[in-house]
Amino acid sequence: MLGRTAGGLFWMFRYLERAENTARLLDMGFRIALTRPDNAADEWSSVLETAGIRAAYDHKYDSYEQDRVVDFMLRDKDNSSSALAATTAARTNARMVRTALTREAWEAVNECWMAVRKSIHGRISDRDLPDVLRLIRQQNALVRGALHGSMLRNDIYDFSRLGTFIERADATARILDVKYYVLLPSTVPIGSSYDNVQWENVLLSVAGLRSYRHAKGSRINAKGVAEFVILDQRMPRSLAFCYNKIVDNLGYLERDYGVRLRCHKLAEATAQSFKNRTIESIIEDGLHENVLAFIRANTELALQIERDYRFME
Amino acid sequence: MDELDKPRFFDEMYEADGSARAPYALYNQWLENEDIKRLLKKSAEAEAFFRRTGITFNVYGMQEADERLIPFDIVPRIISGAEWRRLERGIEQRVRAINAFLHDIYHRQEILRAGRVPAELIANNEAFLPQMIGVTPPGGIYTHIVGTDLVRTGPNDFYVLEDNARTPSGVSYMLENRETMLQMFPELFVRKKVRDVSRYPDMLLRSLAAAAPPASTGSDPVVAVLTPGIHNSAYFEHAFLADQMGVELVEGNDLRVVDGRIAMRTTLGYEAVDVLYRRVDDDFLDPLNFNPVSQLGVAGILDVYRAGGITIANAPGTGIADDKAIYSYMPEIVEFYTGEKAILKNVPTWRCSEPDALSYVLDNLEELVVKEVHGSGGYGMLVGPAASKKEIKAFRDKLKTKPANYIAQPTLALSTAPILTKKGLAPRHLDLRPFVLVSPQGVSLTPGGLTRVALKAGSLVVNSSQGGGTKDTWVLEE
Repeated sequence: MLGRTAGGLFWMFRYLERAENTARLLDMGFRIALTRPDNAADEWSSVLETAGIRAAYDHKYDSYEQDRVVDFMLRDKDNSSSALAATTAARTNARMVRTALTREAWEAVNECWMAVRKSIHGRISDRDLPDVLRLIRQQNALVRGALHGSMLRNDIYDFSRLGTFIERADATARILDVKYYVLLPSTVPIGSSYDNVQWENVLLSVAGLRSYRHAKGSRINAKGVAEFVILDQRMPRSLAFCYNKIVDNLGYLERDYGVRLRCHKLAEATAQSFKNRTIESIIEDGLHENVLAFIRANTELALQIERDYRFME
Repeated sequence: MDELDKPRFFDEMYEADGSARAPYALYNQWLENEDIKRLLKKSAEAEAFFRRTGITFNVYGMQEADERLIPFDIVPRIISGAEWRRLERGIEQRVRAINAFLHDIYHRQEILRAGRVPAELIANNEAFLPQMIGVTPPGGIYTHIVGTDLVRTGPNDFYVLEDNARTPSGVSYMLENRETMLQMFPELFVRKKVRDVSRYPDMLLRSLAAAAPPASTGSDPVVAVLTPGIHNSAYFEHAFLADQMGVELVEGNDLRVVDGRIAMRTTLGYEAVDVLYRRVDDDFLDPLNFNPVSQLGVAGILDVYRAGGITIANAPGTGIADDKAIYSYMPEIVEFYTGEKAILKNVPTWRCSEPDALSYVLDNLEELVVKEVHGSGGYGMLVGPAASKKEIKAFRDKLKTKPANYIAQPTLALSTAPILTKKGLAPRHLDLRPFVLVSPQGVSLTPGGLTRVALKAGSLVVNSSQGGGTKDTWVLEE
């Protein structure tokens, strides 16, 4: 496979994941605005922070009003990682690697782009927002479905999955980076209703509220949430889960190509750091420090994969 | 149908009395039982299908968001077996002559010595590449892929309009149009045996592989398609062909010279390419040898080529054979190399570089089509009968300033065929581009081609960049 093709697949799936994560963050923010309007401005600010675009937003606006934030995150031309920009970038990469995709996978991403572009052509009213966010998630699910259902399990698939999980791990870690303080035991009196909402929000932004209840029971607490989002092997957006997948996919490449590279060592080291680790010891070492170190390691791994597999000259 | 009542032009489907011509007889029976609403619905479905599949082209100077569809008309263009056999012989003859001409021009130049083609026409031509002098491409093939543009003016009158011998495009539409028709109207293909076109990608791969260079060592030569990238107007076709052949689609920055070969950067390192089907123009092919600012090519590829390290298809410098200034000499060229009269007619052409021709052209601009010698895509041309006084005046000035830059031809009475419009069938002008593959084993013509059709009533310009559409092209098995 061409190195450029590997890079195109990797980025196509990073961008798709990014669009979907943006939709989830907006979902969460919108829910808070509906249920706790007093906290809405703070929450929109932290949504922007999590998406890594607050500076760009602040440059343009001086207050965190819902319709502005929504517009900025969905389609603003000044936001290069808006849901629309990310979907367009995914589709552009897909066009570039067209020959590596099945017709089904290509048509799914092309239709995803056409549908998303059409649905967020103009400003989105509150009434239409839930439908638009659902559409973004659904269209992404269709692309994933086409990938799973029609693509050979070979290096093409591996690079696609690597992009997905690197981006997803980054997104989950960013949520933790912005929200780590609500997961620390000592900040506010335990059991207050404020906490409950904050923890629920963390779970909502990783689409894990219902699954948390199924997996860990109906009582939500800080430690449980941190453990679920960082260490739980069953939770498809947890850091540990993402790294298991990354190690798997890099392992398939190693076997397929018969070459072990530096990226393998890096990925395994990060995956290992979650093994036999308790959430208590992570919190004791410093939750925030751990999260920051993870984000750095994840970024380094992405660059190493790019170098090792010659995405660029 | 009232437009059909005044048949000033030869119509592919209908006789002057409104009955169907023989090749269309069965189709016409089917059509008469069809409901226009259903056909219009089918036509809309086809458009949705093309858009979903991404069969689009980019218009130069437009934003990426403005990818356009080439309109597809669901009424096929049907060619009888007998008509096709004649075209086939004529095209094959012409393509052989073109290859012989290219070999001669880049070697002994017998045709110039014989005075059959003026030497200055070659020497001063931008399409002539001095770097190719004395170079014999692997297998002796210059034009592996040719798309000959034909027009028709009467039952037996086919003319060659252009010999696209550089990087002809449109073959993906031949294949996708057929695919679309098979899905939409399977019942039609049961009634009538239509010759298959779907083997084209396989034949393309074989004929490219058969022209592998001396340096190729493996049993299966490595073939790749070179594209300028996703912003090129024909990108869809580049990706389509690479995909159909199962070969890599490469860009200039994927390639470099490694140990005297052209190699592509894979996830595992550099791998040599044996045959490059390039869809990049000569000028951009090699920044070391041609346009130094080109980002689309590969530095040093021409040197590797000359040393037998790679096959470039089509060969650099083939443009000298399809240049519009050379075009008017094609009958002589065919005769010179084949010893036979040309089977297919050339459109009579006035070379404005010649004073007598120029003065005739200037006196008759209202009736002529004037073309730039190096233009393509329907740009930079004057269609006299359709032009305003102002446009004619502007062209008159251009002609006087740079006469050698232009040729002129009579306005041909291009044949028409019906297209489906909201008001029913209506005749529109069309042309035909069959695709020819040339390998050391021989010349082969795919039975079909790209039919381009003007969508505006009366328009003679069929180019997709100028609002033309396409039709599925049927060659009947008979």
